[in-house]
Amino acid sequence: MLKELELPIVDLPKETESLREDVRSFLSAELQNGSFETRCDSWLSGFSADFSRKLGERGWLGMTWPKKYGGHERTAFERFVVTEELLAAGAPVAAHWFADRQTGPLLLNYGTAYQRQTFLPKITRGELFFAIGLSEPNSGSDLASISTRAKKSGGQWVINGSKIWSSGAHHAHYIVVLLRTSSQGEKKHEGLSQMIVDLSASGVTVRPIYLMTGEHHFNEVIFEDVEISEDMIVGEVGNGWKQSMAELAYERSGPERFLSTYPLLSELINLLSETSSSDHAKNKIGKLASRLWTLRCMSLGVAGMLDKGESPDIAASLVKDLGTQFEKDVIDVARELIPSRPSMHAETKYETLLAEAILHAPGFTLRGGTTEILRSIITKGVGYNE
Amino acid sequence: MSDIQPMLIDTATKIMKDICTKDLISNAEEGEFPQELWEALKETGMTSIGVSEESGGVGGDIKDAMSLLKVAGKFTAPIPLAETLLANWILGVARLPLKNSPLTLIPALKKDRITFKKVEDGWVVSGKAQYIPWARDVQDMVVFGKTSDGQQVVTTLSTTDCQINRGQNLAGEPRDEVHVPENLIENDRVAIVQNLTYEDICNRGALTRIALMAGALENALELTLTYANERTQFGRPIGKFQAVKQQLAVLTGEVMASGIAADSAVAAYENSGQNEEIAMAKIQVGEATKAVTNIAHQVHGAMGFTDEHPLHYSTRRLWSWQDEYGTDSEWADLLGDKILEEKSDVWSMFTESPRQLT
Ligand SMILES: Cc1cc2nc3c(=O)[nH]c(=O)nc-3n(C[C@H](O)[C@H](O)[C@H](O)COP(=O)(O)OP(=O)(O)OC[C@H]3O[C@@H](n4cnc5c(N)ncnc54)[C@H](O)[C@@H]3O)c2cc1C
Repeated sequence: MLKELELPIVDLPKETESLREDVRSFLSAELQNGSFETRCDSWLSGFSADFSRKLGERGWLGMTWPKKYGGHERTAFERFVVTEELLAAGAPVAAHWFADRQTGPLLLNYGTAYQRQTFLPKITRGELFFAIGLSEPNSGSDLASISTRAKKSGGQWVINGSKIWSSGAHHAHYIVVLLRTSSQGEKKHEGLSQMIVDLSASGVTVRPIYLMTGEHHFNEVIFEDVEISEDMIVGEVGNGWKQSMAELAYERSGPERFLSTYPLLSELINLLSETSSSDHAKNKIGKLASRLWTLRCMSLGVAGMLDKGESPDIAASLVKDLGTQFEKDVIDVARELIPSRPSMHAETKYETLLAEAILHAPGFTLRGGTTEILRSIITKGVGYNE
Repeated sequence: MSDIQPMLIDTATKIMKDICTKDLISNAEEGEFPQELWEALKETGMTSIGVSEESGGVGGDIKDAMSLLKVAGKFTAPIPLAETLLANWILGVARLPLKNSPLTLIPALKKDRITFKKVEDGWVVSGKAQYIPWARDVQDMVVFGKTSDGQQVVTTLSTTDCQINRGQNLAGEPRDEVHVPENLIENDRVAIVQNLTYEDICNRGALTRIALMAGALENALELTLTYANERTQFGRPIGKFQAVKQQLAVLTGEVMASGIAADSAVAAYENSGQNEEIAMAKIQVGEATKAVTNIAHQVHGAMGFTDEHPLHYSTRRLWSWQDEYGTDSEWADLLGDKILEEKSDVWSMFTESPRQLT
């Protein structure tokens, strides 16, 4: 096999079994006491600061981080197990999601001791939330074309510009912003840096952009002469592109890339098992199960490589591409097998989950890099020379 | 992974890459058995890999056998290697002597029944079976069948004692009909086996097809990438066009997914002896076959559709193998039935110890 496409088989270590049981009993207790309702795409739309705090109390945030920063020094596989159980249950994890998945690892890799001490312990307690400030109104796929900039003025940096599609910025405390610190040189990727901005700072405006469901997840974040002190620069000035790209393998290959509609699939199976189902239904369910299993094997394989410090960019892109197609396939199969009237305000759980899935689906193949962009990365990586 | 695996893959790759030329494959499809290839593999002991030394094999585990078949699938080795490995494994289980020559096994299809009858000085075996791989090319066939009181029995039969009507699959591989006239077989050549059912054979058979297909899918990918880099239209390689790139990426994804599904199924089967993962992997390689063969042929343009170009050696085999030892739909029915009947949520199926599909 082409080297880039080889993935290790990961058998989850035995220790993860009791952890999985713990997470399951926690989740079923929470469901029983009504602290949350199962939702599709809960890592985007299931915001609950309380729930995140409870996860923090149990040691399920910042799981792999060093103890001195409040982490728990557990393995990537233990984190994988917790993550997949939360997603499969459709639990409300949106509040801490980006901080736990991206900001923490970013600061551990590139942040200063001060930044780590300031932010990481609070993240692990589920008290501090981050948003991701990459996209701009005129820069999406072509991310390196961003124009938000920071200029040095005395001991401060002053930011002007705007970010868009910032998920959860209206709830988050901080946003990590990719911006230009020197004018675009020969290469577009040069002169970019990352800074941490307090969303309550003066000069920052968070403007809601509502989804077609009417939900509020997205925002435009506008910066007008926002002053940033030197100690909020992440990593090296000018190294922002490389740092942002390093986050992407984590962002693209996790179980959230194929489990967004799992709650719907699970409810579909429940309903189908209550009646005697057709062979057609069995066949469709069998095929979805096969795909889901394959994706999970792939995602675990990528986690295994990340754990060893390897950077499987192509494999991560493939997990996301295939995973998000699968998330949409679940919807098609559900609609085909059970005639229903999905609505966000439906009486039945199935119809509500289906409605959430349908209305959220267009985002699956955009967020974290579009299908088209991922596929370009993949072909480049497997030996098509530009 | 056993210790011998990397060396095994290296050696097998070297042998097959050298010997499995386009001419050799096409001659094989015309009926010429590639003896040289067989001898080369035999010398290295590859024909009884995965059968323990105490049963007369060369040792190694089922992972070794499957990685060997992946290589065979990749280079389109036109020999009954999968059948020989399966047949020797059955002989090993039955504690009958292994063979060093090419083998096949009967039955290949579930509907075919071979019956065994105990008589005073031995056994009488008879029946008819279709779609038997390579029957015309082997001297011996391993036969699995039942007695009227349900005992499961294994023996080897010589092809000279049977009537063979030739047939073939889409890839021109022999899939013959075998009539077994009433044959008397001595007691010591027959074994009653307690824990070997047709389902077990079918599970292993499906694994061989998964491995062969994973290899053939890899080859289709490599041929297609090479072609997209070389073929120029509108003044540049076709792979430079966005529309083509998108297709190549889809193909790549399916091939990678199949590779890990194949490896994971073998690993899971080895750990648990159960077949849910086999079902899932067989479905995956079947689904991949659709996407990969479509795209590979599309990207190759009219060239890939000709006899001259080697692409079809892989794609015709994929189209054949996908339906052997259970089509992906049959496996999906079985799996879906299990999930719905047991009201098992898929999640616990993946995350807890697997159970057997029946
Ligand atoms: C649910 C959701 C949450 C998000 N959260 C965040 C967030 O928290 N923070 C953040 O910064 N961003 C976020 N995003 C933004 C996301 O990263 C962008 O949507 C994405 O990068 C695409 O950019 P765009 O929407 O501007 O589309 P464009 O880049 O304008 O693309 C439009 C279309 O053109 C195609 N296209 C563009 N260029 C090419 C090319 N070279 N080749 C082929 N096709 C091309 C694209 O694939 C797409 O189909 C989120 C998006 C979604 C949907």
